[in-house]
Amino acid sequence: MKTTLNLEQEPFTKLKDSLVHRVLVWATIISILTSFYLIFIYAPLETTMREVQKIFYIHVSSAWVAFLAFFVVFVLSIMYLVTRKRIYDIYAGISAEIGVVFTTIVMTTGPIWARSSWNTWWAWEPRLTTSLILWFIYLAYIMIRQMDGAWDKKARLSAVFGIIGFIDVPIVFMAIRWWQSKFHPIVFGDGPSQKGGGVEPEMLVALITMTISFTLLYVVLLQKGVYLEKAKITVENWKEKLREKLVG
Amino acid sequence: MIQTKQLIKRVGDKVILRGVNLSIKEGQTVAILGPNGAGKSTILKVIATLIKPSSGEVLINNKEIKKHALEVKSLIGYLPHASLLYDHFTPLENLILFGKLYGVKDVEKRAKELIEKVGLSFFLHEPVKSFSRGMIQRVAIARAIVHEPRIILLDEPHTGLDQQAIVILNKVILEMKAQGTTTVMVTHDFKQAAEICDRIIIVKNGKIVDDFMLENNNLDLVFDKYALLTEGVV
Amino acid sequence: MSIFTNALSIAWKDLYSEWKTRQVLTTMIIFAGLVIVVCSFAFDPTNNTTKAVIPGAIWIIIVFSGILGLNRSFVSEQKNDNMHALLTAPLDAASIYLGKFLANFIMLLIVEIVAIPFLFLLFDFREMGSFPYFILVLFIGSFGFVAIGTFLAALAANSRSSEMLLPIMLFPLVSPILIGAVQATKIILTNIDKLPNAISWIQLIGGYNVIFFVLCVLLFEYVLEV
Repeated sequence: MKTTLNLEQEPFTKLKDSLVHRVLVWATIISILTSFYLIFIYAPLETTMREVQKIFYIHVSSAWVAFLAFFVVFVLSIMYLVTRKRIYDIYAGISAEIGVVFTTIVMTTGPIWARSSWNTWWAWEPRLTTSLILWFIYLAYIMIRQMDGAWDKKARLSAVFGIIGFIDVPIVFMAIRWWQSKFHPIVFGDGPSQKGGGVEPEMLVALITMTISFTLLYVVLLQKGVYLEKAKITVENWKEKLREKLVG
Repeated sequence: MIQTKQLIKRVGDKVILRGVNLSIKEGQTVAILGPNGAGKSTILKVIATLIKPSSGEVLINNKEIKKHALEVKSLIGYLPHASLLYDHFTPLENLILFGKLYGVKDVEKRAKELIEKVGLSFFLHEPVKSFSRGMIQRVAIARAIVHEPRIILLDEPHTGLDQQAIVILNKVILEMKAQGTTTVMVTHDFKQAAEICDRIIIVKNGKIVDDFMLENNNLDLVFDKYALLTEGVV
Repeated sequence: MSIFTNALSIAWKDLYSEWKTRQVLTTMIIFAGLVIVVCSFAFDPTNNTTKAVIPGAIWIIIVFSGILGLNRSFVSEQKNDNMHALLTAPLDAASIYLGKFLANFIMLLIVEIVAIPFLFLLFDFREMGSFPYFILVLFIGSFGFVAIGTFLAALAANSRSSEMLLPIMLFPLVSPILIGAVQATKIILTNIDKLPNAISWIQLIGGYNVIFFVLCVLLFEYVLEV
């Protein structure tokens, strides 16, 4: 059972020993602490929503990471279908899982914002509803990955779904925006309902820092997830070899 | 006619084929023998363009099968263990449907001829689902050759057939052979293999372990060689 | 051209097989009838305000009975490994997709022709804004639903639990069609003055259909691989 996996040709190094990973972990910790300082102490208190407005930083940067993660799934899906290398499939799967986690954060922070801003827990607001649909699409993606059968079949099918699912997202957003466009404050740029007020420069700094640290967190989680997945596959292979030895 | 170069096929973490090099000349009749799980059917499926090899290439009539897919597919008649027939359709409807897909001219006449050849003229308008295994297999062979292929690929064609069906099946195969059709047959039935084929290939563990010509339907030779190579794994 | 003639052969095969057994279509129509009955229990049909739920009810019928047909579409090819016969025949993957799409689409249209008049009858719905536009929105909405549905049905058929997987994949992906179709139907049935809005919804669905139809044709061979 040698050379059954493309992965086995790569040496299996412990993630702890990787310098890049260690640097990234520390960078993530420091930048998250910095962003918390910027959010809670440096940025001024918003006049109407007061403390609740702080959730805005987490909400927006999680949404960014979720979208980034799904974009990565899309790109890796195409790369998998072209090259058929398992490593792309592993990265795509982990990225989708992280994306779903961050979408969940978006959808828990969204209603909290909605409650204090529009006095309702759930608003059928374009971005929030799109996140909900996005969440369902990638849950379906994860379900395809849980299908019975060999990994290459699952990788191929989930890659196909990863492509059409991502292409669907902007259309979903457009449709929902046409359908219900009365809630969300359009913070940046000239929107039709320019009521949400602008962002003060300090707030913008806090938001950007938070987004960068969440992006770093995404990369760290991706590395960790892929490492675990590879370890799982390696153990499976060893078990298989052992089984063959015991039987034969 | 058929050439394979370093075929490797992985399914999930299992390696089914480990570098199969095969060269079959036009008009040859080849039997592929081997223990269960040796990869016999997989070789056939790769040649039939049903599954893609993980690496390596297949040339049919000197044409790479991926690049000339449609052209190559119309040269091949494939008969696996399943019948590939539509249950609710009659033999005639099945053959006409596949004849159309293969672009056969005068398809109804051809279909009727074939059904007569396999001795099912009385059942022209009965749905296939009411047939016995032997009758279904006869329609299935007719389906596989409806477009007069130059290569036929048979996967255990004799399994579960009664004597009469075997006779008809062999008659059809030998008739095709006389017309110069190349035949590749995966089988467990050494007697039929020796009767029909003039070349034997033995596959074990995803590799070709023996390849020899057979003269005078020498059944004992097949048995001896097979026993020697696959000791303990039959 | 052979792509289309082959697609027609495959579509004909599915429809003729359905004509002989009448299994799937009957089930779809009975199910549509049951959905209508359930809707009339859920929304009192004698109350005048329930007219407002009719556009939604129409699309609930289409989606739920449609998914019954889609579920069978590729699973029925597995009985005698029929799909292998299609894959070894000299066909483009696109012909298989188009053929299957056509058969599913025609079957869904038949269900709509039977079920929607029945719905109007039971809910006592008489006047409608514009009949040709109503037909147009039904046609174009069902087209998109079946286009992506056929593709995902082929994908789901790879799983042993395809009946569970298909709706979970399909509903979020067709949400733009559902939003657009329900909104357009609502305008056309009850508020014809806003026709331009309905037309832009129809355009949105049309755009969606074009994008996904092309995408499905291109990616279909990856779904069919054995």
